Amino acid sequence: MIPPMKQSSVQKIAIEGLWENNPIFKQVLGICSTLAVTNLVLNTIVMCVALVFTTALSSATVSLLRSYTPRNVRMMVETLIIAFYVIIVDIALKAYWPQMSTSLGPYVGLIITNCIVMGRCEAYGISKPPAGAFWDGFFNGLGYSYILLIIATIREILGMGTFMGIAVPYFSSAYWDKWIIMVMPPGAFFMLGLVVWFFRTIQPRKEEKAK
Amino acid sequence: MNVGMELWQALVVCISAIFTQNILLSYFLGLCSFIGVSKQLKTAAGLGAAVVFVMTATCAINWLAYYYILVPLHLEFFRFILFIIIIAAFVQFIEMVIDRYSPVLYQNLGVFLPLITVNCAILGAVLFMLVREYSFIVSIGYGFGSGLGWFLAIMAMAGIRERLANERIPRGLQGPGITLFIAGLMALAFMGFTGVLQGT
Repeated sequence: MIPPMKQSSVQKIAIEGLWENNPIFKQVLGICSTLAVTNLVLNTIVMCVALVFTTALSSATVSLLRSYTPRNVRMMVETLIIAFYVIIVDIALKAYWPQMSTSLGPYVGLIITNCIVMGRCEAYGISKPPAGAFWDGFFNGLGYSYILLIIATIREILGMGTFMGIAVPYFSSAYWDKWIIMVMPPGAFFMLGLVVWFFRTIQPRKEEKAK
Repeated sequence: MNVGMELWQALVVCISAIFTQNILLSYFLGLCSFIGVSKQLKTAAGLGAAVVFVMTATCAINWLAYYYILVPLHLEFFRFILFIIIIAAFVQFIEMVIDRYSPVLYQNLGVFLPLITVNCAILGAVLFMLVREYSFIVSIGYGFGSGLGWFLAIMAMAGIRERLANERIPRGLQGPGITLFIAGLMALAFMGFTGVLQGT
């Protein structure tokens, strides 16, 4: 389904999405719907898979339809395309994993308004060919996911002493006073703040590089 | 349930949406525009006011659309698309009305309206309203309270960020980083309201 592309250009898109222009610490977009589920690693993985799926396919679809889309209604068209894929995810989850579907609640539906999906469609899909748009969406989704997984892992271990529901030695024992605050909303804000701080510090600035 | 009881429940839900279950600080919704538009008090106030208005109205409209159109037709799975269309159409409509009748208001509020369509807090409030099976009156109270809670949070943040503009902040922490830390502190403060309302 995806036409082949030159190795080098896929590589460039990958670096761009995973590191140079990472959706979380560089663009700071689309945190809303996913940050809420980062208190459990398993929920985060499911949300991230759903997000990668939606971003990649909707960006590719937008790109396929780009010559038929009038400019002034393109936002509406993009939203509908995104909503279409999110509904697929939602129904699939309800059918095959009802338990996960209830525990994620309305957050699956909120992927529609996740800024990163729309952001990639606007920034890449609307003006470039479908194969590139697919990879761009895919790697941006991945770049987004690994940061959130870092956050989720730390939050779950410190806050509950478990990793994907399995007890972690030491952190689940009586020696470790569980940081309840980590699984509550403020913990998510602090962790995300720390992660953004860390990655922005180790990532050299564009202007410095150019010199 | 009689009307008096419902009004009382709407009030309780409204207050809890503002303080104990703030849509931004405990559900992380509307975070993108919260970080992007909280640099100045004036713009924050404009966006906040627009959110309060749109959220109250769309909660009401979407409640009617869901229970009177989708449920009788058994098209519940279609809800995401319908809600998004209703929100976008409503925002567009309001923009036209304001532009026509109040140029002053349009200048202050108009630029923020298109931003709202993609504000996840609006769709989020609508989806939460359905999950919790609120009645019509309670839904309006919930929409209004959520909007007001968001307004309160972004105003507080803008006030703090205006003061921060002259402080020396480490490079990696500038902008979004420090905003997230402050949001964390605010979330901690708002957690103090937990337990103020019984039975919500």
